[in-house]
Amino acid sequence: MLDIPIALHIPDGFLSGGVALACAALAIAAVTYALRVANVELDEARVPLLGVLAAFIFAAQMLNFPIAGGTSGHFLGATLAAVLLGPWLACLVMAVVIGVQAFAFADGGISALGANVLNMGVLGALLGGLLVAAAMRAVPHTRAGFLSVVGVVSWLAVMVGATATSVELAVSDTIPLGTSLPAMLGVHALIGIGEAIITVAAVSAVLVSRPDLVGLAPEELKQPAPQPLGQTLGLEA
Amino acid sequence: MRRIPTGVFVAIALALAIGLATAVSPFASPSPDGLEKVAEEKQFLDEGRLHSLQEDSPIPDYAFPGVENERVATGLAGFVGTLGVFAIGWGLARLVRRRPDNAGPRGAPA
Repeated sequence: MLDIPIALHIPDGFLSGGVALACAALAIAAVTYALRVANVELDEARVPLLGVLAAFIFAAQMLNFPIAGGTSGHFLGATLAAVLLGPWLACLVMAVVIGVQAFAFADGGISALGANVLNMGVLGALLGGLLVAAAMRAVPHTRAGFLSVVGVVSWLAVMVGATATSVELAVSDTIPLGTSLPAMLGVHALIGIGEAIITVAAVSAVLVSRPDLVGLAPEELKQPAPQPLGQTLGLEA
Repeated sequence: MRRIPTGVFVAIALALAIGLATAVSPFASPSPDGLEKVAEEKQFLDEGRLHSLQEDSPIPDYAFPGVENERVATGLAGFVGTLGVFAIGWGLARLVRRRPDNAGPRGAPA
């Protein structure tokens, strides 16, 4: 086992107090607003979905996959959560996952918790949700069209998280942006491919089993597939 | 097309999550991840430290305490963690969900 107190996320000590505080303020603002959204939007039927999505993302984040050069990457899940539950509920899901990781597993700092929630949760969820919705105005509302958008956006969300981390490290005087950004983006361009594969696989599995649960899917895809054999036409329950 | 009920969907997804965290995570790549690798190469990894609140974290570094075998320790951590996250996520969602029975001043009857 590693004897370094760092596993996956930003540990304490990487960020200055001011940066950690600013990130925490943003993360708290987003999560507070998300709680209000839940109060309006989250119906009883989707309550267990929030729990199971958080559980799935936690589990998938444990599965570090090897990428080039003795480095590994892991799933983040913010885009997946945003595509299924919408951007604000996705912020809640990510905050639960990252909070449990910090407090129960010493993964990611406590002072840096706001930064981790911001970089891996809020930014990915809000931007991911926004970008998927925007792109679907231009992309054909087909399964392939939607899944392509989801894949590209989930890759982008990882890159945005890596960029935000680099900026926070630079403002903290830990490492200059010119040094960290190319390294972070290089590594995360590969990690993002893993993110896209897992996100697309998970979304298509839900599209097959329960298309109505894919919140950001175009309406055409949420309807039951047209029956090519017509066996159920006219047999409404 | 018949859709599977939400309860069944949740059960299958939870089983998948628990299976991944318990049986697959012990075989995940042990290499440093993106940020850790960059921190190592650019020599700021040593600045990382545990917060005092984390010195007594129940399952530090995804290794279930008191279990010799590293793979078993990781699998157990994954099992417990996934169930815990599920419970906390569900509990939080229940707390903050929309209440149809006291929905605003006009309280439309169901």
